[in-house]
Amino acid sequence: MVLKRLSEAAGVSGQEQEVRAIIRAELEGAVHSLEGDTLGNLIAVRNPHAPGPRVMLAAHMDEVGFMISGYERSGMLKFRKVGGIDDRVLVSKGVRIGKDRIPGVIGAKPIHLQEARERETPLRTDQLFIDIGAKSKEEAEKKVALGEFAVFDTAYAEFGAGLVKGKALDDRIGCAVLISLLKEEINLPVYGCFTVQEEVGLRGAAVAAYRVNPQLGIAIEGTICADLPGIDEEFRVTSLGQGPALSIADGGTLPNRAMVNELVRLAQAHQVPFQFRRGTAGANDAGRIHLTREGVPTAGVSVPCRYIHGPASVASLDDFRHTVRLLTLFLKSIEGGFRP
Amino acid sequence: MEARQLLKALSEAAGVSGFEHGLHPKLQEAFGPWVDDMRIDALGNFIAKKTGPGSPPRPSVMLAAHLDEIGMMVTKIDERGFLRFTRVGGVDQRILPGLEVMVHGRQALPGIIGTKPPHLLAPGEAAKAMKWEDLFIDVGLGADPAQEVVAVGDLVTFARPYTELANGLQSGKAMDDRCGVVAMLICLEWLKRMHFAADVYLVATAQEEIGGKGAIVSTYGLVPDVGLAIDVGHGDSPGVSEDHTFPLDKGPVLGVGPNIHPKVHGLLQKAAKDAGVSVGTEVLPGSSGTDAWLMQVSRDGVPTGIVSIPLRYMHTSVETLSFADVERAGKLLAFFVAAVDGPFVEGLTWS
Amino acid sequence: MKELIRELTQAFGPSGSEAPVRETIDTLIRPLVKEVRTDALGNLIAFRPGTGSGKRVMLAAHMDEIGVIVTAIDDKGFLRFSNIGGVNALALIGTRVVFAGGAAGVIGSEPVDELKDLKLEKLFIDVGASSRAAAEKQVGIGDMAAFHGPFQDLGDRVVAKAMDDRIGCAILVQALRELQDSPHHLIAVFTVQEEVGLRGARTSAYGAEPDVGIALDVTRVGDTPKSRTMEVSMGKGAAIKVKDASLICHVGLRRHLVEVAKAHQIPYQLEVLERGGTDASSIQMARSGVPAGVISIPSRYIHTPSEMVDMADVRSCVQLVVKTLEGPIDL
Repeated sequence: MVLKRLSEAAGVSGQEQEVRAIIRAELEGAVHSLEGDTLGNLIAVRNPHAPGPRVMLAAHMDEVGFMISGYERSGMLKFRKVGGIDDRVLVSKGVRIGKDRIPGVIGAKPIHLQEARERETPLRTDQLFIDIGAKSKEEAEKKVALGEFAVFDTAYAEFGAGLVKGKALDDRIGCAVLISLLKEEINLPVYGCFTVQEEVGLRGAAVAAYRVNPQLGIAIEGTICADLPGIDEEFRVTSLGQGPALSIADGGTLPNRAMVNELVRLAQAHQVPFQFRRGTAGANDAGRIHLTREGVPTAGVSVPCRYIHGPASVASLDDFRHTVRLLTLFLKSIEGGFRP
Repeated sequence: MEARQLLKALSEAAGVSGFEHGLHPKLQEAFGPWVDDMRIDALGNFIAKKTGPGSPPRPSVMLAAHLDEIGMMVTKIDERGFLRFTRVGGVDQRILPGLEVMVHGRQALPGIIGTKPPHLLAPGEAAKAMKWEDLFIDVGLGADPAQEVVAVGDLVTFARPYTELANGLQSGKAMDDRCGVVAMLICLEWLKRMHFAADVYLVATAQEEIGGKGAIVSTYGLVPDVGLAIDVGHGDSPGVSEDHTFPLDKGPVLGVGPNIHPKVHGLLQKAAKDAGVSVGTEVLPGSSGTDAWLMQVSRDGVPTGIVSIPLRYMHTSVETLSFADVERAGKLLAFFVAAVDGPFVEGLTWS
Repeated sequence: MKELIRELTQAFGPSGSEAPVRETIDTLIRPLVKEVRTDALGNLIAFRPGTGSGKRVMLAAHMDEIGVIVTAIDDKGFLRFSNIGGVNALALIGTRVVFAGGAAGVIGSEPVDELKDLKLEKLFIDVGASSRAAAEKQVGIGDMAAFHGPFQDLGDRVVAKAMDDRIGCAILVQALRELQDSPHHLIAVFTVQEEVGLRGARTSAYGAEPDVGIALDVTRVGDTPKSRTMEVSMGKGAAIKVKDASLICHVGLRRHLVEVAKAHQIPYQLEVLERGGTDASSIQMARSGVPAGVISIPSRYIHTPSEMVDMADVRSCVQLVVKTLEGPIDL
């Protein structure tokens, strides 16, 4: 399955080559053209000359991760975070460094050697190191260059009742949705933008949208899912298994109302489950798309993912399928035009 | 004007973000002999162009170093003539008590940021940093004469003469990033003697310290094929982590990370080698905090790179650097520009 | 003019839901301009050609107001919500809000031990429903509400919700009414989504490609008890902005506005605002950059249901806009 390959590929912000190559191979021949730019966005074009509104669909290829920032005399690597990662998830995880996938571990002082009080304070990134087994600074420098990227070392797998787990489902699951959509028979000029650098400031989407100059935009995200113990029902931003989540507002975008209403109408008419994204925290590529040039009516449709920005996130395959279905219905419904 | 003189002149002149126009005549004088065209845009960017020798289409390179400095602005003149003020850009208020400043009113007026005598401090008061609302400027005038010279909105800069320290180190205010502007002048001097193909835009950007505004609009207008930001990096000094700082007089530093196109970085490394300039590497996992961060996302994207000159005590009135590093940066820029050609530019688009 | 202010402040228009305000203004200005259109984000853009070879001048006042958005409805019919724009939880308790469809609600709070714990998550809206089903008949997730803040005439001063920035809209409408001949090609933009990040001005300025941009918006004052140090006072005239947190105004334009005020004996004051931003910042950054400035209306209690302005200041602002547009603008 393409989602497994996407999830297991390494693509920290600014280093999305592996992900791009997988998507390119997947879409070669299925679309009219595949265009790159200088930031690394991949734009898959379908039916550029079809009538109807020019639609930009965006899913980001990059993931949160690490950059190697220095060496200890002992051969341990210092690192810095790329994108937003909670320091508390780092200890006792495995990572893979660079193109050669050099394995490393983020260790910590054994519990036996700690004082009780130490366990009350989380360890910060600058107190942690990646151990690749090097015996000296010189050996470490030879194996891993300064600035090399690293990602969590997590295998993708299906588990539980129709769920999958893997790293970087934010937003490789969106990439997988977008790949599926680009293979549907839709008679519209569709620009599938696989964007870069979302996690460091929605940067790829800004330049992709400028290039595409769309008339409508949709960001497809793996979004916060908070159906978890300790969170009251009214604060569960999204819940697993309840269908695609439609944004009502977030830190970057007030989505176009007419588009949201149409998505709701279609979901209800075709019995596709959906939910509202019941919170306004966070932002995604829609935040840049809708402010491009003279403005673009834009909506956000997301697949709920538990534990995003951590080593292993969890999503529902039903939610994935329903997201593809709802977006396909939407695109078909606007083939004759759309008044936002 | 010779490069070192220009640094001294720029450092001692006033040009707070949004108010760079006082510096433009100095740049026109210094850059004029070396370039084909100069103009000032709506935001206060100084844009000089050196046209490449070949026939069009020529690749274009944008070099950007920011001209503005951090400073302060008068918000109120109180009933006894003391001035209240706010910051423009990232000023740490802890450096201000006791500092001599220049208030740029109807005429330039020296002032002192006053403090309570230590004898009158409450116990424990000295252990706390002063807050913005506690600070004021004393210009030695009563309310009426002060009102005549000073108005709300007038600017305040650090009063600090440019000073040469031992071993070629230079100290002064606003070295961030006037040293980058000077590096661009040095680049032009080198280019005079070199073969190069590209059109070169040298932009002394405005309003960098308040959000890279000059870079945003100038890049939009110039649409360069490649962009470099020349800015300052943190010099090594006590109390700062070694990982994030670089020694003075060991050459400029090249950034790596999402903001830097790997092939631009590669060409910078090659240029450094060809120029015989030693360089360090700076890991920038997110925003680089330079003009390049904004240049990169202009229109449909600009491949960018970052050259930093190590600087101690950034955003104080005693910013300190090695002039040799500025010269090395200028030479490196020239070798980079000379290496940019059509095939290089075409290779910057990812497949 | 008070009637105009009343009408505009009482229209419903949290960011992203500005349609009622847009329709009101559209009706008011259509006779005063050559062409009116609405863009993709909902900005209302009016064109009025100049009589001479003046500049393309964009004037901007934002239509949107701060508000709240429903994020959840519980079993008992209470609504949870998030903010649209800079909403302060402390200012919300006991206030009433109104939805586009007319439903009204009261904002209540869970018990909190200390005021600093009072976050938006602790608050809820009570629309008088006794069950989820009853509440859902009136409102849905994603619906927005605005403050209930009726217009009151205090004599020299007036108070209402959404004075930020319907007062700017009112000044722009009034200026279009009073303006005789202008050499300049005017692009009057009533912008959307200012309160969530100066968004409407960004796309409309890109489209307008002006030579000069002027925003009309409210500013804070330093004349209430123990207020922060700020020179601007109510009743001392139009405030000509030097700087706020979002921009440094174009120096030449700022000086020009001062010259116009002086030449026509219009009361004015210079303004340095430490926090807050305006549409001028977005206009300034359009394309290759635009000289931009701000004429501000001194206001008290901004971002509460009771925002206050002084009618003499409003008058000064109208005059300053009109006189600026009647003469040459050489920067």
